[in-house]
Amino acid sequence: MSAIIKAEHLSFAYQGDEDTAPVQALKDVSFEIEEGSFVAILGHNGCGKSTLAKLLCMILSPDEGRLYINGRDMTAENIEEKDVYDARRRVGMVFQNPDNQLVATIVEEDVAFGCENLGIPSEKIRRRVDEALETVGMTKYARHATHRLSGGQKQRIAIAGVLAMRRKCIIFDESTAMLDPGGRKEVMDTICRLNREEGITVIHITHYMNEATMADRVLVMNEGSVIMDGTPSEVFSRADELWAAGLDVPQTTELLWKMKEAGYNVRLDIFDPEECAMEIARAISEKR
Amino acid sequence: MKADIAFGQYCEGNSFLHRLDPRWKIIFVLVYIVALFLARNIFAFALIGASIVGLWLLSGIKLGILVKGLRPLLFIIAFTAIINVFWFKGETPLLPDGWAVQIYLEGIINAGLIILRVMVLVTGTSILLTYTTTPIALTDGIEQLLAPLAKIKVPVHEFSMMMTIALRFIPTLIEETDKIMSAQKARGSDFSTGSLVKRAKALVPVLVPLFISAFRRADDLATAMECRCYTGGNGRTRMNVLHSTWRDGVMLLGILAFVAGIVVLNIFAPGYTFTM
Repeated sequence: MSAIIKAEHLSFAYQGDEDTAPVQALKDVSFEIEEGSFVAILGHNGCGKSTLAKLLCMILSPDEGRLYINGRDMTAENIEEKDVYDARRRVGMVFQNPDNQLVATIVEEDVAFGCENLGIPSEKIRRRVDEALETVGMTKYARHATHRLSGGQKQRIAIAGVLAMRRKCIIFDESTAMLDPGGRKEVMDTICRLNREEGITVIHITHYMNEATMADRVLVMNEGSVIMDGTPSEVFSRADELWAAGLDVPQTTELLWKMKEAGYNVRLDIFDPEECAMEIARAISEKR
Repeated sequence: MKADIAFGQYCEGNSFLHRLDPRWKIIFVLVYIVALFLARNIFAFALIGASIVGLWLLSGIKLGILVKGLRPLLFIIAFTAIINVFWFKGETPLLPDGWAVQIYLEGIINAGLIILRVMVLVTGTSILLTYTTTPIALTDGIEQLLAPLAKIKVPVHEFSMMMTIALRFIPTLIEETDKIMSAQKARGSDFSTGSLVKRAKALVPVLVPLFISAFRRADDLATAMECRCYTGGNGRTRMNVLHSTWRDGVMLLGILAFVAGIVVLNIFAPGYTFTM
């Protein structure tokens, strides 16, 4: 397994106006993301997670540090427009607002937009668009108007647009934040399936804890730095540190944590409500 | 206001006219308009009348929609008719001498022909273009027709991209306007009473947030487009390539026959000659 994205000591500050100080959004962030993995990045508002996403798809460039995409140093001196373009063909992004990322009025034309930009011949685009729509389960909406779809459907179209470009890695920048619970589930199911079945590397930026539990690995950010890095069970079993960083933990974890504080002998790394109930029942009967 | 407003006047359908290549349709419309202004006598005008019936039959659009489309023209039609009837100096007076006004037969005929021309002009171009072509197909058609201009540095692709994005965001912005207006109403602002100036002023608190959000959207969209490797029109391909079919050939012959018919009737048909 090789790293598709490697960040070394990334720092970034937003330059303020003349009378305001620059805002340090990222401080010395380092991590590696393996191909085919599912990484969740957690953090509350203003912790730098969206800035990180913008660095990863080269909308912003870091003040300090090195960023490698597919082994290529995107922060090198001699980097050209062509290389950035090339990296963007590998790493795609799905944004927060479903409305502000669809370009065309017709679903299939929007999915085709990226491929058209790459200059792929039209029959080939046709095939890729059909496949991508199939993968996100939106085939029957191919000729629909984009503005009439629900939020979840719009996000799935945005995902299809990224898939049609055959990208190996997709960054979701709070893509579920503006959706209702139904839409959120639709999108999360699609994301999980892409990761498991299509082997696509997923970086999911979110502040929903239960979404983070679906990942293989969780990075927790606070005030511009990565403060925790591990599997969901490792990270969430350190609930006190998460609370200190102003974050929540999944409800199951919170409940188990409180049980533990009350003297019950429970495991903390359970996220499924069903299993959680079993564990509690076991702990209670054990205590008796 | 509902978000699912129809853009322009496009009527869903799958008729002969719906299936024409938009590039050809734009050319057809231009030729058709020129032909309408070529007509000089009553027979040529009769052919024009026949052409509109023909177009209507080919389009499969409900008559009611066409009639509705003419409604905004009522004033212009009435105005032209009155001017022509009362101010036209012809040779066949219809009223006895000595009356304050005089009406001539030629004036009435002239008025009738002008009305016919205006109505056909509006209805014909709508049937050929706006009723039967989606705005997107129209934009594509315009882009491809003007493509040669890109050689002399006219930003044809940029223009058509702007059109596409504008079309894409019209419903989004309408929906947003609706939301902002509801929010302002909920705080007690009043858009429906008072003088015109007062009502216009009441719209300021709607327009300001609308503009701000439009700029934010534009920024987001630019980022999203960049992430999707958009670098302008160079080296870009299209998924849906426009194809000319036998239908366009048939329609071309039809339009040419129509123009020829008008020219022939102008020259050879006897009778009243229309004067402008």
